[in-house]
Amino acid sequence: MKITALRSVLGGCLLAMSLSLLAKEAAPEAADPALEARMVKITSELRCLVCQNQTIADSNASLAVDLRREARALIKQGKSDAEVVDYMTARYGDFVLYRPPLRTTTLLLWFGPALMLVGGAAVLVIVLRRRSRMAADAFDADDELGDEPGAVDAALASANAGTPGPA
Amino acid sequence: MKRLWFLIPLGAFLALAIVLAVGLKRDPREVPSPLIDKPAPKFALARLDDAAKTVRLDDLKGKVFILNVWASWCVACREEHPILLDFAKKRVVPVYGLNYKDTRADASAWLARFGNPYDASFFDEDGRVGLDFGVYGVPETFVVDGNGVIRMKHIGPITPEVLTNKIEPLLKKLDA
Repeated sequence: MKITALRSVLGGCLLAMSLSLLAKEAAPEAADPALEARMVKITSELRCLVCQNQTIADSNASLAVDLRREARALIKQGKSDAEVVDYMTARYGDFVLYRPPLRTTTLLLWFGPALMLVGGAAVLVIVLRRRSRMAADAFDADDELGDEPGAVDAALASANAGTPGPA
Repeated sequence: MKRLWFLIPLGAFLALAIVLAVGLKRDPREVPSPLIDKPAPKFALARLDDAAKTVRLDDLKGKVFILNVWASWCVACREEHPILLDFAKKRVVPVYGLNYKDTRADASAWLARFGNPYDASFFDEDGRVGLDFGVYGVPETFVVDGNGVIRMKHIGPITPEVLTNKIEPLLKKLDA
């Protein structure tokens, strides 16, 4: 009996605590959280022009604050996400887009890395194939040694003498 | 021929080095404006010196003009100010000011103190017109032709070099 009373008191305390915690979290950051979330989603894909490595959503530069305000206003007017982005690119160009659009001028940007990878792989394959076709004795000795007959053997012998082998 | 194969990586390296060197020299702060050769955005703003008088873009059309975006809080504007004053004295084209995110009192005091090169300044308190012009750092300077098309934009303070190498040749070409 005593234990159940204690339990209920404890439970009540916990419940009260959790309720107060919830209340704190529920404090609205903006008048319309759904609108705010959409605005943040759009502007976090856009580059702030003043501090160029921050998004418009992140930046506290006054330009970013203004552009967030405009984005909010456009959303309120019922514009689509694409229309909000168009508003930004019409004024500041494709530069504001963190994901550059696919255009003839950006083909190299999009496919350059893949092209380099394919090119590198092709060179690697060609070189490896040519090597495997060569006979083992096709490799030349180092230039400084290869000029004199017997120099390689001598060098190997002295190297072996210096470091005792396993045999 | 086969002997020259080893030159390919060298050539590729040189090409990459040149591309990167050019990239280093370019100023990433100078964002190319999509508004060049496009009609200037329409606006209707009160004059700085007379809140009752509204000026529209259409009122300015028909003549080549320079629109200089400035603010009393902008340090770099002070730097370009003497150059702008000198240029305005020559009376080549009208010079208008877009007073960006300022207060009337501060802006008027600033002009009284440093001199007023502008035929008129338009008061863009909340910076909305500035946004339409793609302004992101004051000072910025636009050259607008007689048809109301933006022909040039300069970001940052005007220097004598910018004036003689960029703006004046363009004005000559536009026959202003």
